[in-house]
Amino acid sequence: MEWQFLFELSVNGLLTGMMYALIAVGFVLIYKSTDAINFAQGEFVMIAAIVVAGMATNYGFPLIAAIAVGLVFMIVFNLALERFVLRPMIGRPIVAIIMATIGLALVLQGAGPLVFGAGTKPLDIGVPDEPLIIGPLFMTPIDVVGAAISIAFLAVFGWFFMKSRKGVAMRAVADSHMTSIAMGINVERYFALAWILAGVVALLGGLVWGSAIGVDTQMAALGLKVFPVVILGGLDSIIGVVIGGLIIGLVEALAAGYVDPFVGGGTKDFTPYVLMILVLMFRPYGMFGKPIIERI
Amino acid sequence: MLVLNNIEVVFDNVILVLKGISIEAKEGAITTILGANGAGKTTTLKGISGLLRPERGDVTRGSIEYNGERIDQLSAHETVKKGIVQVFEGRQVFEHLTAEENLIAGGHIVSTARMKENLEKVYEYFPRVYERREVQAGYLSGGEQQMLAIGRALMSDPKLVLFDEPSLGLAPMIIEEIFGIIKRLNKEENLTVLLVEQNATLALNIAEYGYVMENGSIVLEGSAEALRENADIKEFYLGISSGEKKSFRDVKHYRRRKRWLG
Ligand SMILES: Nc1ncnc2c1ncn2[C@@H]1O[C@H](COP(=O)(O)OP(=O)(O)OP(=O)(O)O)[C@@H](O)[C@H]1O
Ligand SMILES: [Mg+2]
Repeated sequence: MEWQFLFELSVNGLLTGMMYALIAVGFVLIYKSTDAINFAQGEFVMIAAIVVAGMATNYGFPLIAAIAVGLVFMIVFNLALERFVLRPMIGRPIVAIIMATIGLALVLQGAGPLVFGAGTKPLDIGVPDEPLIIGPLFMTPIDVVGAAISIAFLAVFGWFFMKSRKGVAMRAVADSHMTSIAMGINVERYFALAWILAGVVALLGGLVWGSAIGVDTQMAALGLKVFPVVILGGLDSIIGVVIGGLIIGLVEALAAGYVDPFVGGGTKDFTPYVLMILVLMFRPYGMFGKPIIERI
Repeated sequence: MLVLNNIEVVFDNVILVLKGISIEAKEGAITTILGANGAGKTTTLKGISGLLRPERGDVTRGSIEYNGERIDQLSAHETVKKGIVQVFEGRQVFEHLTAEENLIAGGHIVSTARMKENLEKVYEYFPRVYERREVQAGYLSGGEQQMLAIGRALMSDPKLVLFDEPSLGLAPMIIEEIFGIIKRLNKEENLTVLLVEQNATLALNIAEYGYVMENGSIVLEGSAEALRENADIKEFYLGISSGEKKSFRDVKHYRRRKRWLG
């Protein structure tokens, strides 16, 4: 009985962890290719979900059409953001870019409800609500679907990033802008591609998380959850993000299952950050991030 | 093939670094630019390859012509397409990419089929890079990194390669090997080479023509042979002194005033 409880907590924690990885990979994507830390990734997820849910509930769009609108919106929005806000800031101190993304996050939090209303909207992507029961194991279907979407995206993106020529160019840009320019790589185009991909992955995150927890400005808090994930995994490693996500999902679930009953709840919400601080103290590059290669 | 016509380069709109440089690189030849630290050699190469703009530099006067076409306002990814590529000072490999991925990135502008052919060719010239192709470039030795940087430049099918101090920080044996390869590339691939060096002996050995740069100006030019015999070059770059020893700066200024400034 006791083992069964542990098993069930772990499985559900890992599923949630994969869904965290889906949010975190957008963050890593931007960091890897442009060096910018995007504090608005959680708001991207939120705004994508708000647009899709808003089109569906306020305007009665069928799901597919609402998702299409969301996709176009995220691509156009992120392209414009890159072109008009972030590109002019290239070469300025990194703190300026960080401040810009924090400002953007607050603007999005305010603007989203302004357009589509502040109430929590449901987002139904056709996943049933009844728990999935396999033997003794209870799972939430949306978690299973979310984890599957996450794995599928990460597999496709991982292949693109590690194996394709464009992926190599993208990593070259992440390694050195100047040298990439000298190789004839149009660095600005790859910046734009990184932001487009970050928009697409935010939409996927918005769909699965919106279905799981409902769509409102609270979703932006997911962006904060992502910090322990990327710190654990390393800001620049994609495999690391998956492992970081799984660990955080697991730790949260175990804290909720074993600690909360004794202290009256709430430990789930801060244990990831305790873990993050511990990792920062002992492994400044994260658990799986690459150290800066120093050789003279 | 490449003609720099009295060019002036200014950084940040105010810092004048090149003060009217005229240089020619003849097709199929190796041309060298010699000069001490801070002379403006790297700036000259960046001007040619279109890499000044990202550093807020600009060619404000004069022209750079490549096969009769002006290229001074092109950006780097356009000059690469025209067949000009620069091998940076201090190698600058993509540290976190494998050696092979570095080469693939170098062939960014050519078709996949062509990229694969070029990969074979580079591995023929640099068997050591082939052996280390799966290793992250940051972990290669300095010599291997320099070979990788040269190989990577070759991936884009260049006609003109700009080398910036390829001997920097390398052991004499490796330097010799690398200069041998530059010479071979020049002969076998009919590659035009513009070679920036501080090591005058080596550079004048493989070059046909040379320029000496000081403080943003060309102070001397001539055939490699003539430069090898030049007393100043001998004294300042080849380390063969013809009289009492003076400090490098003193000699240089004294000589310079005597020879070129009256
Ligand atoms: N981005 C820049 N902004 C301002 N000044 C610069 C910039 N780049 C170079 N300079 C200045 O231009 C001068 C020439 O620099 P350059 O790098 O071309 O010299 P170099 O001949 O290549 O020297 P070295 O042998 O040390 O590489 C130096 O005085 C340098 O300080
Ligand atoms: Mg230099």
